[in-house]
Amino acid sequence: MSVTPVRIQGGAVSIGGRPVLRGIDLEIREGEFVVLLGANGSGKSTLVRACTGLLPTTHGSLHLFDTPIGRFRDWQRVGYVPQRASAGSGVPASVWEVVASGRLTRRRLLRPLGRVDRRAIDDALETVGLADRARDGVSQLSGGQQQRVLIARALAGEPELFFLDEPNAGVDVENQQALADALRALHARGSTLVTVLHELGPIAPLTQRAVVLSQGRIVHDGPVDAAPGTVAAMLTGHVHHHGETDVAVTFAPQLSAPLDTPPEEAR
Amino acid sequence: MSLHELLTYEFVQRALIAAVFTGFAAPAIGTYLVQRRLALMGDGIGHVAVTGVALGLVTQLSPTWTAVAVAVLGAVAIELVRERGNVNGDLALALMFYGGLAGGVLLTGLGGQSAARLQQYLFGAITTIGRDDLIATMVLAAIVVVVGVGLSPQLFAVSHDVDFARVAGLRVRYYNLLVAVLAAVSVTVAMRTVGLLLVSALMVVPVATAQQLTTSFRRTLGVAMGLGVVASVGGLVGPAMVPSSTVVAPGPAIIMVALACFVLTWPIGSWTRRRARRRAPFTDSAPQVHEAAESHPHRHAAGCGHVAVVHHDHVDYVHDGHRHAAHGDHYDEH
Ligand SMILES: Nc1ncnc2c1ncn2[C@@H]1O[C@H](COP(=O)(O)OP(=O)(O)OP(=O)(O)O)[C@@H](O)[C@H]1O
Ligand SMILES: [Mg+2]
Repeated sequence: MSVTPVRIQGGAVSIGGRPVLRGIDLEIREGEFVVLLGANGSGKSTLVRACTGLLPTTHGSLHLFDTPIGRFRDWQRVGYVPQRASAGSGVPASVWEVVASGRLTRRRLLRPLGRVDRRAIDDALETVGLADRARDGVSQLSGGQQQRVLIARALAGEPELFFLDEPNAGVDVENQQALADALRALHARGSTLVTVLHELGPIAPLTQRAVVLSQGRIVHDGPVDAAPGTVAAMLTGHVHHHGETDVAVTFAPQLSAPLDTPPEEAR
Repeated sequence: MSLHELLTYEFVQRALIAAVFTGFAAPAIGTYLVQRRLALMGDGIGHVAVTGVALGLVTQLSPTWTAVAVAVLGAVAIELVRERGNVNGDLALALMFYGGLAGGVLLTGLGGQSAARLQQYLFGAITTIGRDDLIATMVLAAIVVVVGVGLSPQLFAVSHDVDFARVAGLRVRYYNLLVAVLAAVSVTVAMRTVGLLLVSALMVVPVATAQQLTTSFRRTLGVAMGLGVVASVGGLVGPAMVPSSTVVAPGPAIIMVALACFVLTWPIGSWTRRRARRRAPFTDSAPQVHEAAESHPHRHAAGCGHVAVVHHDHVDYVHDGHRHAAHGDHYDEH
């Protein structure tokens, strides 16, 4: 019997007393590649943060690998790339050190890094194309390069269930392709991937399922090309927006318009 | 007095041992405070610890241990306020700091203790350290160093990116409290050496210096600990070498040595950073437009005096703010 990496039933999340997500029913099966879509502020990051245990659910239940999240301890199975986190801090840290911290889930206390750990770190750096910058200070890298460091950090932990919150933000096309290749390899190995995106780009051919959020609810859950009009077109890359057709503008209003039958609310 | 003579005195030996242990321990935990951008936390704990010392003086208990107890309580309280992250947290900390300092001074007076006794703790009195205090200092400093270095992967991750550490399954809260407690312990360790009012400097200044020289966290930690020892031993021994007509207190001298190290390395740091930036390869591909550089007789080559930077598949030379790339018989602007 296979396990279900993520199962949310009737989930609701509040931030500071303000309800942000409501009536979330979502089941992500083993080996799926799901993309989370929605306008700015629709709750994508909040959903990811709830799934990684960073935010508590106020209603409903949330299971990771069939374990209620409160009792879940197998964190080495979960990888997380936060949205727009800066890789820098008050003290210099090298690229290698930040990526190495991704191995912590698999290290025992007070044990040095083993050969397997080092290989995983090197592989992760190779994947994001930063192997030659390993010794450099993270704060000397550009924003897109820092984003790639954070992706490598998550890759280094070799998780089975991967949450990426806009991994492509600020990353150029060439490296988006490299990331897509890395995700394809992970997926082929049987990993489950959940990624928040605004544009699919090179990731498009990999995904099987799109979950679209709007104002804190799931308004679409199904194949990518069956997602509401513009969304599907945009995702598969047929719409090239130049200047006047800004993503956020085409996205937000048209999303709810074609959906005359919103899904049932949980409560 | 020669160094050799000096070392025959038992109180000098004790002071030296205390200086070495303190020098190692204070920056070991200071690095994590700086990483969290809490460079002044040591100062705050130091203020709170004044009350602890006063309690010890008044109740005739060991001021070292009462200071440890009060500083740990204060540090935990500070951490809990910080964790809440509310707007008034800042103010709550200020109240605690000044309450700690004022309370300590007041208590000392009320208890009929002389201000001079308290002064030993405020500005340090390393040469008066007794056997028991020395042992306490050594044990506490060793704990700080062992935990600070041994758990460095975990503490680094927690201080670097809390969310990531949480998803990695680390008990972020315990680690935060651990850092707070260790900070309190090293404050009390450094109390006898540099004094509560200057404690934070020994925790933070070596870290600031080390940062000038390194780009990695582990190396910053190591170099800072080394510099801490250099400063505390230098500040202790240095004044003893000057003619004895002037009195130089070791505590402030230690901090001045630490600051001097910073002042010395700062230009080196900014020079190496500049150099690294100038020599970093340009990873973008060669420009699409062809723009010939103004004609100039100079031939760029290895060792021509211009910085050579790898650019894609060739080498650019940085010339007067431009990048010149050889192209046939002329140079292109890249
Ligand atoms: N720290 C916070 N405090 C209060 N409200 C918040 C906080 N973070 C998010 N919100 C609210 O929660 C809602 C969802 O935010 P979320 O970050 O999940 O959006 P998102 O879909 O990820 O948007 P984006 O595309 O900009 O990343 C927004 O309305 C936002 O105002
Ligand atoms: Mg977001």
